[in-house]
Amino acid sequence: MNDLVKRGAADIAREVRAKRISAAEVTEAALARVDEVDGRLGCYLTRLHDLARQCARRVDERVAAGDTLPLAGVPLAVKDNMCLTGTRTTAASKILENWIAPYTATAVQRMLDAGAVPIGKANLDEFAMGSSCENSALGVTRNPYDLKRVPGGSSGGSAAAVAAFEAAVGLGSDTGGSIREPAAFCNVVGFKPTYGRVSRYGLIAFASSLDQIGPLARTVEDAALAYDAMAGHDPMDSTSIDRAVEPAAASLREDLKGLRVGIVKEFVTAKLGPEIDALYKRAYQELADLGAELVEISLPTADYGLATYYLIAPAECSSNLARFDGVRYGLRVDGADVGAMYEQTRAGGFGPEVKRRILIGTYALSSGYYDAYYVKAQKARTMFAQDFRKAFERCDLIAAPAASSPAFEFDSKSDPYSMYMMDYYTIPMSLAGLPALSVPCGYAGEPALPMGLQLAAPLFEEAKLLGAAHAYERATGYAAKAAPAV
Amino acid sequence: MTVKAQYEAVIGIECHVELKTRSKMFCACANEFGGEPNTKVCPVCLALPGSLPVANAEAIRHMIRAGLAFDASIPAFSKFDRKNYFYPDMPKDYQISQYDMPLTLGGIVRYWLEDGTLKECKLTRIHLEEDTGKSMHGGGGDGRIAGSSFSLIDFNRAGVPLMECVSEPDLRSAQEAVGYLEALKRTFVQLGVSDVKMEEGSLRCDANVSIRPVGSTELGTKTEIKNMNSFRSVLRAIESEIERQITLLESGGRIVQETRGWDEGQGETHSMRSKEQAHDYRYFPDPDLVPIEIDAALIDELRKTIPVLPPERFAKYREYGIDPKQATQLVDNSPLADYFDASVAAGANPQTSMNFVLGDLSRLANESGTAVNASAVTPVALAELVALVESKTINSKIAKELLERMWIGEGSPKAIVEKEGLAQTSDTGEIEKLILEVLAANGKAAADYKAGKTNILGFLTGAVMKASRGKANPALVNELLRKKLE
Repeated sequence: MNDLVKRGAADIAREVRAKRISAAEVTEAALARVDEVDGRLGCYLTRLHDLARQCARRVDERVAAGDTLPLAGVPLAVKDNMCLTGTRTTAASKILENWIAPYTATAVQRMLDAGAVPIGKANLDEFAMGSSCENSALGVTRNPYDLKRVPGGSSGGSAAAVAAFEAAVGLGSDTGGSIREPAAFCNVVGFKPTYGRVSRYGLIAFASSLDQIGPLARTVEDAALAYDAMAGHDPMDSTSIDRAVEPAAASLREDLKGLRVGIVKEFVTAKLGPEIDALYKRAYQELADLGAELVEISLPTADYGLATYYLIAPAECSSNLARFDGVRYGLRVDGADVGAMYEQTRAGGFGPEVKRRILIGTYALSSGYYDAYYVKAQKARTMFAQDFRKAFERCDLIAAPAASSPAFEFDSKSDPYSMYMMDYYTIPMSLAGLPALSVPCGYAGEPALPMGLQLAAPLFEEAKLLGAAHAYERATGYAAKAAPAV
Repeated sequence: MTVKAQYEAVIGIECHVELKTRSKMFCACANEFGGEPNTKVCPVCLALPGSLPVANAEAIRHMIRAGLAFDASIPAFSKFDRKNYFYPDMPKDYQISQYDMPLTLGGIVRYWLEDGTLKECKLTRIHLEEDTGKSMHGGGGDGRIAGSSFSLIDFNRAGVPLMECVSEPDLRSAQEAVGYLEALKRTFVQLGVSDVKMEEGSLRCDANVSIRPVGSTELGTKTEIKNMNSFRSVLRAIESEIERQITLLESGGRIVQETRGWDEGQGETHSMRSKEQAHDYRYFPDPDLVPIEIDAALIDELRKTIPVLPPERFAKYREYGIDPKQATQLVDNSPLADYFDASVAAGANPQTSMNFVLGDLSRLANESGTAVNASAVTPVALAELVALVESKTINSKIAKELLERMWIGEGSPKAIVEKEGLAQTSDTGEIEKLILEVLAANGKAAADYKAGKTNILGFLTGAVMKASRGKANPALVNELLRKKLE
C-alpha cells in the first residue's frame, strides 16, 4: 500500500496546493488501492479510473494556474444515489442498473469544483433504504474491520471506502441515520448537516423532507473541509437554505470548556448491554474531562421516533419512486398494455425492502387513512422539533449513541423491525432536521468492533458541532487504528 | 309547457388554462407551443432521478392577478401538493398541483349573453399546477390508443404552468356556459396571463352537467363531459347532454354519475368511465417545495397592474345604450376600447363616438395599416368632431370628410369648419332660395311628386344638399321642400 492513501483530505490538499505532490500521484495511489482491496470489500459499484485521472489532471492544471483548491486532489467516494455526468448512477437498484446520469448533483459538483477527485460510485442500500447495505441489489459491501460483517447503511460503501483507504472522503446521504450508523460501524466520522444546508439537487430522492447529503471522513477536520465545500444555498433546490454558512474548518477546537452537553434521559444505554453501556458512559465522561458540563435532558417523544419516521419516509418514497415506471429510463419489462408494463417493471426492478416501504407509504397516504397516519406523523414531527428546542435551552450539544450495536454479521437481522431499531438513536435528530455526526468512541464486542458517539446541535450550528467533535477526536484518538481486515 | 321547459340544467365548469410565462412551472425550459418533440426538456421536466422543482414566480404573479380580476380572495399562505397517479405522459407519475390551499379562493366571473344580458357565476377557486406531455399513438388505430402498436411521447409541454379554474354550479344553460368561458378568455387575454388558444390546447375545459325539475333546489346526479375542443363544441355538447338526461329521466331511466366524452362527429356524448372507478390521488404536501407566502404589499402592487376588464367595459357600454354586438366588438379590441373610452372621457357622445370608432376610423385604419390609437386623430380631436355632429354644426357627410382630413393630419375639425365655413346652415331664407333654383331646374320631378310619386323627394333633397355644397341642414331641406311642393 502506498502511504499516500492513508493521508487525510486536509493533508493531501495542502501538499497538492504546495505542489509537493500532484493530484495525479494521489489519484494513482487511490486507484491502485481500489484495485488491491475492493474485490474483497465491494465498496464501489462503479470504479471511475478514467474520470478520476481526467479530474486529477485538471486539478493539477488548476493548481498550476494558481487556484487555491480546498480539496485539491482529495480522492472522493460518491454514494451511488448521486448523479455525476456520464457515470452509471444506480441507487443500487436493478431498476436503474444501467442508467447513465446526464447531469451532476450540486453537492458533487461543488466537491469537484473544490478539487476533489471522484474514485468511484459507492454501494448503498437500494434507494438508501436500509442500515447494512444488504438491501443493495447490485453488490455486497463488507466491513473493513471484519469481513463477515456489514459496513452499515445506507451509506455503507462510502463509509467502508474511507475506512479502507479507498478514498479520503466519502459522500453519503442521511435520511434517518444513513451517514452516522455506517460511520460508527466503520470507525470513521460521518456528518449529517442541518436539513437544507446541502443541496439535494441530483440526489436520488428517498424521503425528500429528511434526505440530507453529508461527508464521511477519517477525521473531523476532513469532514469539515468537505462540508465547507458543499454547504450553502442552491437555486436548483427550493428546500436548500439561503443563509450564510459559518466555515466549520476554521471553528475546530481543542477542548469543550464552556459547553453544556445534554445526555438524553430516555436513551437508556443499559438496554444495550453492560459493555456498550460502559462504553457510552466512558464517552460522556471523556466529554466532561474536556471541560464540558454534562446535563440531563429529556426527549419525552423519543420512543415515537421510529413510528413517526416509518410513516413519513415511506409516504414520501411511495411518491418519489413512482417515476421509475419503465417509460423514460431505467429498466423496462414489457407487458400486454401500459398498466402491465408498469407492474412488471416495478415488480422486477425494486427489491423487497423498497417494495415494503412503497406499500406502507401508499397505505399511509390513502384516502381514509391519511389523517390517522400521515397527518398524525407530521404532528409528532413538530413535537420532536419542540422537544429539541426545549432541550437546547439547557444545553449546547446533545451526546448519544450513534447506533444500537456495533456492526453485525450478514443475514443476522431476520426481520425488518430489528433492522429499523439500529436507527433508534439517529432518527429523532433527522425528524427535527438537526445537524448531527458520529465520531469514533472506542470498541466493543469480540472481536472488538468500532462504536460511534453521536453528537447533535441546534439547527445551523454545524461549526459548533464539528468544533466540539474535533476536540473529542483529538483527545481520544479512537479513529487512529487502521482497519484490520484489509 | 314542453317537457324540456319543465327541467332546469345545473352546470359547473372546470377549465385548465396554460399560463403565458417565459419558462415552465418548475424548471428553466422555454414555455413555448410546438417545436421538435422533446427539445424543450431538461432533467427536471423529464423527472430524471434526483431532479427537483423550483416554482416559477411569474406564474404565481399571474395567478394572483387572475384572482384579483375576479375579486377572489388571495390567502396569505398557499402550498403545492402532489396528486399521485400513473400516466405515461406525466413524467413524475404525480402532478404537482394544489389541493386544499390554492392560490385564490372564491370570486365572481361577470359575463354576458349574446342578447346583452349580464350574468354572474361564482368561482370556487383557481389553483396552479403543471401540464403533462402529449402521447401519440402509432402503428394502426388511427391515432387512437386502441389498435396502436406503439406510443410516442413528447414532453415539450410537460411542466408548462397551468391554472385550473373551478366554477360553482351557477350556470343554467349551454349558452351561459359559453358566455362564462368567453368572459374567462377575454379576461385572461386582457391580463396577459394566457394567450388562450383553444386550437393549441391552451384552454381545455370539462363541464359538470345535471338537470332538475324547475323550482327544485336539490341537485340532480351529474355527469362530467370531456373532450370539448372549442366553444362551439362546449355549446353542442352541453345541449346534447341536457337533452340526453331529460330523455333518460322521462323514459323512467336513472342518471349515472360518470365521465362522458363528447364525440364531435356523432354529435353526442358517450360514457368513458364511471366514478366508482375513481382514483385515490393520495394528495399530500410536496416536500420538495416550500409553502408560498404572499404578503399584502405584493397583492397591492399587483392590483395596480389590473386594467379595466372586459365585463366591466361591456356593462358600461350597455349603460351608454350601445347595442350588445357593437359593445362586444369593441370590448374584444382593447386598444380600440381604450381609445373609445378616452374620447368619451373627453366629452364625446358615446354612441356617436362608437359609430366613428367602429365605422370610419376602423376603415381608415384598415386602409392605411395605421392603428386608430396611433393615428393623427386623437381621442380629444374625435370628441371635438362628435361635438360638432351632436350640435348639428355639421352634418354627417361633412363629418366624414373632416375625419378623413383629420386622419391625414389636418388638425382640429373645429378650426377647419370655421376656416372654411363648413358649418351646416339652417338659414331658411337661403335654403328656400336653393329650393326654388332646384325646382326650376327639375320641373318634371316636381310634377311627379305632385302626381303622387312622393319617393322622388329624396332625389330633390339630394339636389338641394348638393347645391348647398353639403352644408344645408338635411332635415330642414326636407321639411321646406315638402312644404313648397304641397
